[in-house]
Amino acid sequence: MIECKTSKEIGGMGHSKKRKEDARFIQGKGHYVDDVKLPGMVYMDIVRSPYAYAKIKKIDASKALAIPGVLAVVTGKDLEQYNLHWMPTLMSDTQMVLSTDTVMYQAQEVAAVIATDKYIARDGRDAVIVEYEPMPPVMDPFKSLDPNAPVLRTDKEGKTNNHIWHWEVGDKEKTEDVFSQADVVVKQQMHIPRIHVASIETCGCVAAYNKVENHLTMYMTTQAPHAIRTVIALVAGHVGLTEEKVRVISPDIGGGFGGKVPVYPGYVIAIAVSFLTGLPVKWIEDRSENLQADSFARDYHITAEMAGTKDGQILATRFKVLADHGYTDASANPSKFPTGLFSIGTGSYNYHNAYMEADAVYTNKPPGGVAYRCSFRVTEAVHAIERITDIYAREIGRDPADLRMQNFIKKDEFPWASPTGWSYDSGDYHAGLQKAMDAIGYHELRKEQTELRKQGKLMGIGISTFTEVVGAGPSKDFDILGIKMFDSAEIRVHPTGKAIARFGTKSQGQGHETTYAQIVAEELGIPMEHIQVEEGDTDTAPYGLGTYASRSTPTAGAAAVMAARKLRDKAKKIAAYLLEVSEEDLEWEPGKFFVKGAPEKAKSIQEIVFASYTNHPPGMEAGFEATHYYDPPNLTFPSGAYICVVDVDPETCHIKIRRFVAIDDCGNIINPMIVQGQVHGGLTQGLAPAMYEELIYDEAGNILNGTFMDYLVPTAVESPSWETGHTVTPSPHHPIGAKGVGESPTVGAPPAIVNAIVDAVSHLGIKHLEIPVTPYKLFKELKAVGYFK
Amino acid sequence: MIAEPFNYDAPSTLDEAFAMLEAHGDEAKILAGGHSLIPMMKLRFSSPTHLIDINRIPGLAYIKEEDGYLKIGAMTREVDLEDSDLIARKYHIFKDATHLIADPQVRNFGTIGGNLAHGDAANDHPAVMLALGAEVEISSKEGKRTVPIDEFFFGFYTTAVQPGEILTEIRIPAASGKYGSAYYKVERKAGDYAAAGVAAMVQLDGNGNCVKAGIGLTNVNPLPMRASRSEEALVGNQPTDDLIELAARYASEDCNPSEDLRGDEEYKRHLVKVITKRMLKLAIERAQNA
Repeated sequence: MIECKTSKEIGGMGHSKKRKEDARFIQGKGHYVDDVKLPGMVYMDIVRSPYAYAKIKKIDASKALAIPGVLAVVTGKDLEQYNLHWMPTLMSDTQMVLSTDTVMYQAQEVAAVIATDKYIARDGRDAVIVEYEPMPPVMDPFKSLDPNAPVLRTDKEGKTNNHIWHWEVGDKEKTEDVFSQADVVVKQQMHIPRIHVASIETCGCVAAYNKVENHLTMYMTTQAPHAIRTVIALVAGHVGLTEEKVRVISPDIGGGFGGKVPVYPGYVIAIAVSFLTGLPVKWIEDRSENLQADSFARDYHITAEMAGTKDGQILATRFKVLADHGYTDASANPSKFPTGLFSIGTGSYNYHNAYMEADAVYTNKPPGGVAYRCSFRVTEAVHAIERITDIYAREIGRDPADLRMQNFIKKDEFPWASPTGWSYDSGDYHAGLQKAMDAIGYHELRKEQTELRKQGKLMGIGISTFTEVVGAGPSKDFDILGIKMFDSAEIRVHPTGKAIARFGTKSQGQGHETTYAQIVAEELGIPMEHIQVEEGDTDTAPYGLGTYASRSTPTAGAAAVMAARKLRDKAKKIAAYLLEVSEEDLEWEPGKFFVKGAPEKAKSIQEIVFASYTNHPPGMEAGFEATHYYDPPNLTFPSGAYICVVDVDPETCHIKIRRFVAIDDCGNIINPMIVQGQVHGGLTQGLAPAMYEELIYDEAGNILNGTFMDYLVPTAVESPSWETGHTVTPSPHHPIGAKGVGESPTVGAPPAIVNAIVDAVSHLGIKHLEIPVTPYKLFKELKAVGYFK
Repeated sequence: MIAEPFNYDAPSTLDEAFAMLEAHGDEAKILAGGHSLIPMMKLRFSSPTHLIDINRIPGLAYIKEEDGYLKIGAMTREVDLEDSDLIARKYHIFKDATHLIADPQVRNFGTIGGNLAHGDAANDHPAVMLALGAEVEISSKEGKRTVPIDEFFFGFYTTAVQPGEILTEIRIPAASGKYGSAYYKVERKAGDYAAAGVAAMVQLDGNGNCVKAGIGLTNVNPLPMRASRSEEALVGNQPTDDLIELAARYASEDCNPSEDLRGDEEYKRHLVKVITKRMLKLAIERAQNA
């Protein structure tokens, strides 16, 4: 049980409070972008390319314009007049808003139809006739580097190939030395396929430009409203939209998962049309557009190698990555980290030599990739290390749990300097795995497996013991487009002792309205019910970089603590004044200051706040408000130990997850129920790529599964009953010892599932299975090793 | 996901509906549960100019045994098949099949008539009807005609239902004696079409010999397919494990699956074999317990 310092009424850290935001969500009273309706609003739909690579010969809008209600058809040539046909990506690459001559991927934006309602806009879209001259696309990232491959980005002066960047970290020579002398070396090629966040709310906006005021209000599905406002000002400042004239409002968001960090062409077109017409313009993607055109995630081809001793000591790892970025590098990584935080891939193990390198290439696929519920490429890294660790264990005939126990970084070895440059803050990996093994009955399962194999039954047990890296990030290393990745909180306590707290982050379902209220309640002793949390309006909230990468609690949560502590210091001074004692004589307990040794002489926080407005000490500033911008000293390093048990039907290859135990360590827990909910959702989103999801393209560049009919998002039916638990190793540098949890399960689950499936069939000669591991794929693999005649 | 413009009518009698069908010819589509038609319209794969909604016509939804038949009204919802006591007692195959059709929202609207009249070999009821030896009643202003299920499916999205006609009833020889039926499909996730599906029905005599057998296959053939050679192998014989194995092999050899995202031909034939074997065993077990 988690110990709580505050009463249930105050509801600070550790209380499983029901989410404050759920009342409106459960009753269908949330307010999303598509709920925004403004007088005179017009609707936009987008004509998209059916080809992956083609020249645009002609755009004929006459039939569309003849439809009553169609107001305009906007093309790249129209935007070119205002120099708005191109935009920068968050990775300082460039991207077309609307093409003027060439389309680079299927579903790329070619023209926009503006109409009086969305139905007419769709009819207009289908009436625009575009003549294309198709060209053979480059779909295979390996072939993209072929010297004979066509150069895709001819818009970039002097570009002679499709290579975007090379990245490397670690000591290459020392690592090679260790590999050349090691007794055991294992190597595995693996693909972490292209997937999509598939949030239930698609992307969209209402751009409302007021010509009289020269002011733009942008209602938008964004996880980072402040950053977006700055980007708009940087891109459109030349036409008069300077930053003070732009207000970005991110209302309720129906799932983000990283997919609502980038700027999509649709947003820019809507702004341009509103700017030119003075009319509010609504654009809402449909499901297929969302799946087919918005930023993908993952798509790393990894060659993972591990060197070790015969008795199971890991000595070194080497990862080589080919990253398929599609038409442009539209990742949402911090500037200095083109592969995100992939270098966390040395994992939870105490070895000292590692080398990683990555090369990114252009292809004729949609751009990306976003950090899908994953702190910038950590999912890819964790999959590589946890799979190769299992392959190593199998190679030397060791139990995978045993081998992990042997190699874990020990509790007293923190802070741990990883060979790729991280300083892990804290962890207790042995305790986590032991707890997971006890919960699932690991040794009994191994005995059962032996028995089942004798009967021809297929059962497997898979482990993943991962280290996450979240909370980006310290300003010395972390920025997006130059803006440092701090985050902020502003607390205003009203005279009656109730508060409003505003943040630079933006919840998309994480429960910030509850979690942040509990943090403030913990620090100030004001009941969490009376702390109103607001985010998402750049006119009212303090500046921050938004919510993704499990950064909200580590950054904005810490900012709330620091702002609240400023207020507590002020409260102490006021209490001393009211009680006529010196500050040193006062002691704090949640909700009041009292005189040491005389607890009846006390002032409640409510009395103190009231005094700050009615009777504040002479010389002190009146009121009770504080703001803090928190620049984290380090990242936080949550960890987890997951164990999965699968039963495989020996005839149909149907894979059933019998049990899944997830022991997470996210440091101190603010709301156990919210954490559990996050873990359930995250595990399901880890199950998705492990067994179901993958964006599939044919050689001609067509997406083969651009709807939910074929892009298989698992539901409650496919999900096992998740069993969750915790170890608690507080972060030593975070003011309340919290680490962040939203992504851990998404990151940690896939290798646990795949390790379990491989374990179920390893005795039949299978060493590795690529994700998603479907029954069909498993059948083909088992057929290949002669299991099926 | 917005359909092209269309007109909508909701007649309250079959005669009104027939008149509307006549007026609009093949520009018109009947709207029953809408769970195949509406998604196709929203994707603009199908653009009928007239929708004739027959949901308000009374008397088209029922499940009853009468004159030696199980009669099911064409507008009977999947959920009603799922919840029917009569079905639960005697026709297990419907419980099996409806449970695997899409999801509860779809089953609350989707109708058995629509599932058949859509003419899609990927739907589940066609194979069930083949296994049960159903016949279909088709109505028009000229009257009613009955079509055996084996003559009902013409091609992809085309059936024996002609312009001006509406499918009104499904008739299945009533279950009696040692009668058992079962259905299963392999799907990638809940709500998916079958990678392969098998419907099986058997009737046993007092000695346990198979006197009647029906096997229908889902989504492994351009048309919903009867596994005739498998049925013939079973009828008149004791359904031993070896015979079931043989019948399953015949089904997997006789079907004509094509490769798609659900799998290639080899995988689908393999599934047909495994599922046929399992469904025959289940149907036999149910027959023995009947």
